[in-house]
Amino acid sequence: MHSDFPLFPVQGSAQAREVDLLFVTTVLLALFFATLISVLLIVFAVKYRRRPKDRPPAPIHGSTVLEILWSSIPFVLAMVIFAWGAAVYFRLNRPPDDTMTVNVVGKRWMWKLQHPSGRREINELHVPVGTAVRLNLTSEDVIHSFYVPAFRVKADALPGRYTTTWFQATRPGRYHLFCAEYCGTQHSGMIGWVEAMEPEAFQAWLSGGPGQVPMAAAGERLFNDLGCVTCHSARSGDRGPSLDALYGSTIRLQTGETVTADAAYLREAILFPAARVTAGYLPVMPTFRGLVNEEGILELIEYLKSRAESQGGAAAAAVAPARSPSPGKEVPTP
Amino acid sequence: MSGTPAGRHYLNSAYGIRSWLLTVDHKRIALLYLTSVTLMFMLGGVFAALVRLELLTPAGDFFHADTYNKMFTMHGIVMVFFFLIPGIPAVLGNFLIPMMVGARDLAFPRLNLLSWYLFTIGAVFTLFNIVIGGVDTGWTFYTPYSSAYTTTNIVPVALGIFISGFSSILTGLNFIVTIHKMRAPGLTWFRLPLFVWAHYAYSIIVILGTPVIAITIVLLALERVFHLGFFDPALGGDPVLFQHFFWFYSHPAVYIMILPAMGVISEIIACFSRKRVFGYSFVAASSLAIALLGFLVWGHHMFVSSQSVFAGLIFSILSFLVAIPSAVKVFNWTSTLYRGSISFQTPMLYAFGFLGLFTIGGLTGLMLATLGIDVHVHDTYFIVAHFHYIMVGGTVMAYLGGLHYWWPKITGRMYPEWWGRLSALIVFIGFNLTFFPQFIVGYLGMPRRYYAYPPEFQVLNVMSTAGASILGVGYLIPLVYMIWSMRYGKAATANPFGATGLEWQTSSPPATENFAEPPIVTEEAYAYDRIPVPERGVYAG
Repeated sequence: MHSDFPLFPVQGSAQAREVDLLFVTTVLLALFFATLISVLLIVFAVKYRRRPKDRPPAPIHGSTVLEILWSSIPFVLAMVIFAWGAAVYFRLNRPPDDTMTVNVVGKRWMWKLQHPSGRREINELHVPVGTAVRLNLTSEDVIHSFYVPAFRVKADALPGRYTTTWFQATRPGRYHLFCAEYCGTQHSGMIGWVEAMEPEAFQAWLSGGPGQVPMAAAGERLFNDLGCVTCHSARSGDRGPSLDALYGSTIRLQTGETVTADAAYLREAILFPAARVTAGYLPVMPTFRGLVNEEGILELIEYLKSRAESQGGAAAAAVAPARSPSPGKEVPTP
Repeated sequence: MSGTPAGRHYLNSAYGIRSWLLTVDHKRIALLYLTSVTLMFMLGGVFAALVRLELLTPAGDFFHADTYNKMFTMHGIVMVFFFLIPGIPAVLGNFLIPMMVGARDLAFPRLNLLSWYLFTIGAVFTLFNIVIGGVDTGWTFYTPYSSAYTTTNIVPVALGIFISGFSSILTGLNFIVTIHKMRAPGLTWFRLPLFVWAHYAYSIIVILGTPVIAITIVLLALERVFHLGFFDPALGGDPVLFQHFFWFYSHPAVYIMILPAMGVISEIIACFSRKRVFGYSFVAASSLAIALLGFLVWGHHMFVSSQSVFAGLIFSILSFLVAIPSAVKVFNWTSTLYRGSISFQTPMLYAFGFLGLFTIGGLTGLMLATLGIDVHVHDTYFIVAHFHYIMVGGTVMAYLGGLHYWWPKITGRMYPEWWGRLSALIVFIGFNLTFFPQFIVGYLGMPRRYYAYPPEFQVLNVMSTAGASILGVGYLIPLVYMIWSMRYGKAATANPFGATGLEWQTSSPPATENFAEPPIVTEEAYAYDRIPVPERGVYAG
């Protein structure tokens, strides 16, 4: 097979094998039915073609047995494929426990990525082979879609929401990264590369680059610069709730409802603070819309997450709800 | 030809432009539609050709990116809203349904004329936007790109689609009332031709679904003009809500296109194999099953859009279910051929083409309903190939087959048979060469709506563009000989194909009042075993 004329995509991830196996099975099944129909059509067309002095056609009106048979066999096959496809989909949407997280912000027309260590990239994503990588996706403007064909992975990046996907590269290489959701003029220019590297090479790459501040630390600096600390600290009295063990915990709202303080809730609380106010506090927090961009919000969330983790115990365990079966959490309407 | 004064028919009953623009004869209105729809098809085809031209090379070197985006958008909007959705019902349905049920006209003739005017006004608004610079959102208008970011002309296009939507609703309403109230004596529900059943199911979807797209488009226009924030997250709206609204109509819209096509195929296969359609009542019932289930699967367009895994499961399983009645129809059509007397004239060749292409489209549809596969191929050329197999391979093949089949009835002239067969062959070959490579390039990962792409995708794109030029020729040939045949074609008899059905029991072309005397029906729809097999060559034009 010539490299300028590939007929099957490379398998760069563990998922790719699984998806391909399912795909090839359905192709074979489709081929079987397409061949069956074509052979019958051709045989009937030849055998029963009209001839001079033709016999009258047989008066066959139907057969309930046949109807039941050819509805139920495809039905059973369809259900088998459905269940298999659903199982694969579940695995595509459930990252394992020990993942490395990369934050991804789509923006017309580039992918902005940031590793927890603080290293930033544009349209390039470096990942180690053999480690599960979890992506937190959002968008600064329109809907984009993060697509790496070699990994058989795709997830929309939506403005105002966090979505998640994950993959584990199985062999080093450079793989296409596309935007798959039409996003305007340079949609087809919003492409880049995923560079899967041996773990040592990745570590070397990660520690390289210009002086980096880890995301949590950058978040802390932002937390102070934006003045969050004036209300959300022990010194501030009771103006705002303490944020120490906040991330992943369950909080009670003024309305009596409860909510999990996940990334989506925190983002909402920063941009639309009056939407869901914690019980016992007044809705006095100003909005930070326009003062902090999507990447900044992600850094703030990373900082709050690190504070919760340093508290240990329940809060740290609750960080994992990241494993929610849903590929994305909705940001509720404020 | 019983009783009609020789030489008097709907075409020469009145002359002059007024007699056409103010006509309330369903047959003349069908011809008005035929003219508008053909123009829109040619326009959409020109955009398709330009899109394929750009994709000949990996670099975006023929047009600017914005121009390309506007071209694929107009290709989609024009083809979907102004050709595929109205095509078969407005032209063939309008012409045939009153005759098939033995009526003089549709239930509301003036409403029918209004439908054509609404369609035309809608088309004018949409075309007007091309003149003032075009629109670049894709035919899906996803927010917040369409509501808050694009600077192109959303509002005129939205208005055009909104207005033409009323045309569809009124047509559907007219069909339902006609089928319920105006059937000839003796024409019971289970004696109706399957073409009528298919249009009945079509009308149900149109009436229930079209208001949803109309409301969605109004919301989009309001959001764009007044920044109300239904879909804009910056204003607290939900960007995915639009997709739910949009696909709640636009997925059933696929069945709006394909159900009438299935009706055409049933008629052609019965006639040219001289058999009753195998399992008539199952085929009729499956139309209704498709219409109803078709409303429950819209979420399969959104498996990677942050929809919950559980919603994904429901939409996936329902999508598999809706495929079953379609599969049943394919099996039924195939079995109809068994021990028939099969004649390979142009309409039948198109029907064979339909069966092949629709089968491929349907089977790849099942792959897309499979969650694990859809994540990879969603928004790639695999999708583009799939829906062209269904919508073009299915609907257009049936439309062309039906147009040939009823051409003698519509115009009173035969089309040239040799050219007809040639066109069916060229269309089939051109179609497969155009769209089959797209399945491969899609699985390789080429996203749709790209005007420039990585070089390894080029060979398959060149094949596709080559196929498109063959397909274009395949469409131009009928256009030329159909126009030619209107003047020079051999005169057609009342029933040149020896078909059953009330429409063949009147002269070609029919008189304005369709039937000299109101027909009385005493038999089922496809009593081919009661009439002799026409000899070969009798009707070869």
